[in-house]
Amino acid sequence: MTRFNSLKATAARHAPAIAAAATVIFYAGQVLAQAAAPTPPAPPAPPPKLDSGDTAWMLTSTALVLLMTIPGLALFYGGMVRKKNVLSVLMQCFAITCLVTVLWMIAAYSLAFNGDGAYIGNLAKAFLKGIGKDTLNGTIPETVFMCFQMTFAIITPALIVGAFADRMKFSAMLWFMGLWLLLVYAPIAHWVWGGGFLMKAGVLDFAGGTVVHINAGVAGLVCALVLGKRIGLGSENFAPHNLVLTVIGASLLWVGWFGFNAGSAVASNGSAGMAMAVTQIATAAAALTWMFVEWALRGKPSALGIASGAVAGLVAITPASGFVGPTGSLAIGIAAGIGCYWGATWLKRTCGYDDSLDAFGVHAVGGIIGALLTGVFAVKAIGGTAGVLEGNGHQLITQGYGVLCTIVYDAIATFIILKVIDVIIGLRVDADTEREGLDINLHGETVP
Amino acid sequence: MKLVMAIIKPHKLDEVRTALVGLGVQGLTVTEAQGFGRQKGHREIYRGAEYEISFLPKTRIEVAVSDSMVGQVVDAIRTSAATGQIGDGKIFVLTIEKAVRIRTGETDDDAL
Repeated sequence: MTRFNSLKATAARHAPAIAAAATVIFYAGQVLAQAAAPTPPAPPAPPPKLDSGDTAWMLTSTALVLLMTIPGLALFYGGMVRKKNVLSVLMQCFAITCLVTVLWMIAAYSLAFNGDGAYIGNLAKAFLKGIGKDTLNGTIPETVFMCFQMTFAIITPALIVGAFADRMKFSAMLWFMGLWLLLVYAPIAHWVWGGGFLMKAGVLDFAGGTVVHINAGVAGLVCALVLGKRIGLGSENFAPHNLVLTVIGASLLWVGWFGFNAGSAVASNGSAGMAMAVTQIATAAAALTWMFVEWALRGKPSALGIASGAVAGLVAITPASGFVGPTGSLAIGIAAGIGCYWGATWLKRTCGYDDSLDAFGVHAVGGIIGALLTGVFAVKAIGGTAGVLEGNGHQLITQGYGVLCTIVYDAIATFIILKVIDVIIGLRVDADTEREGLDINLHGETVP
Repeated sequence: MKLVMAIIKPHKLDEVRTALVGLGVQGLTVTEAQGFGRQKGHREIYRGAEYEISFLPKTRIEVAVSDSMVGQVVDAIRTSAATGQIGDGKIFVLTIEKAVRIRTGETDDDAL
């Protein structure tokens, strides 16, 4: 939605310049025509024009978002598992990056971003057919747009890793991620960003609150439920083996997120600037909130807590980043800090599922908070749509509709994919492998 | 000849070393160890999940001394490693049957 709006906005921004240039050309043509020939030539229609500023920022953003998965998310998750499984987590994130890249090129990009279907795109751009050096998407090369979107398609499945860490077969993981990309991510990205029914319904999702975070978080919950609890949960020591890795990972995620949110303007403009500002504010507010809540309830402000809070804030501001102002982002950050702390602690304990690294508790809960609060705090002057606070109560309902559609389809489709894989090759490693560790058993390597 | 082996709190190692060097002890072996005694373990909390850490990090030191020095060495370790809190550790004294200095082949007290 936003991405298309921003393209329109970019075109509108250039319109006066284009019109002025066309006028100059027209009059120059008339002068020349009067001098040389009796009939003046018609002024040419301005072709879509590449903007080097936009292109430079989107090349940078693409690299920043890739940095979020490898090494950012890989380290964030890797530090939180026990030492015997750290390589398995790094390996999963790295392999997903490679697998999604290839599938994105083959079919997923076309399914998500090409065609006018309400539910899914088409395969006209399979194998990136027809995309050349000079093909544009708005003001940037389509190659850049395709790569930028690819990095989102990479991090979304990688986020799910947090839910089934320590116990999934590597082969089953690859099958699951490939099928999930094509059957869940590509359609939902099409619904919200590619011209599908949620985009037409007016659902606001600037950078992926529904498409990325709710999607990954809910799929993670389904994975945790289908795979079952890890052996020894509740009786053995599951403490993170190296929180230095986790804090480095969270920091890289934070830095990379400027590409994620400000890059989702698909332009180097004021919208990108506001997205950057609100991203920073919400993240800091959520990190402080989680820290203070934990300090109050558990007695100590922890490094894992402040890092988790930062990620919660980043998640929650994601859908809102092109639509809300600084005050709204502060409120969203505080809500995310409280909500995600609740999601990762009370909610998980009470419901009893084993979401190893809180993919659901942070990403789905944070994504839902962000998606709904976008409808509350949206400012018409910033993103073109008013929220509840500006008198547009309906936007909250629209946001809820987007959240609900994503959750329902995602949960059902993920469940089916998992069950099919379970029947054919099995999802879970055997008990001995799980006890001894995935690193040595699945990958033949260990970290001393 | 006696082998004095002590399990101490890791942060007391430097004080123990200083005390032993002051007595003229020529060498010391240090190992990072884990264990539990009356102190038991402790609890750590990660995102609200509490884990009982059963084995605490400790430092094991070993020093070989002549019979005449055993009393002083044990006293020095006891004084320098003590905090008065539970978990200060233990000292064990074992008899050494034979000692050899690898470089020269000297044996027993000459090798210490």
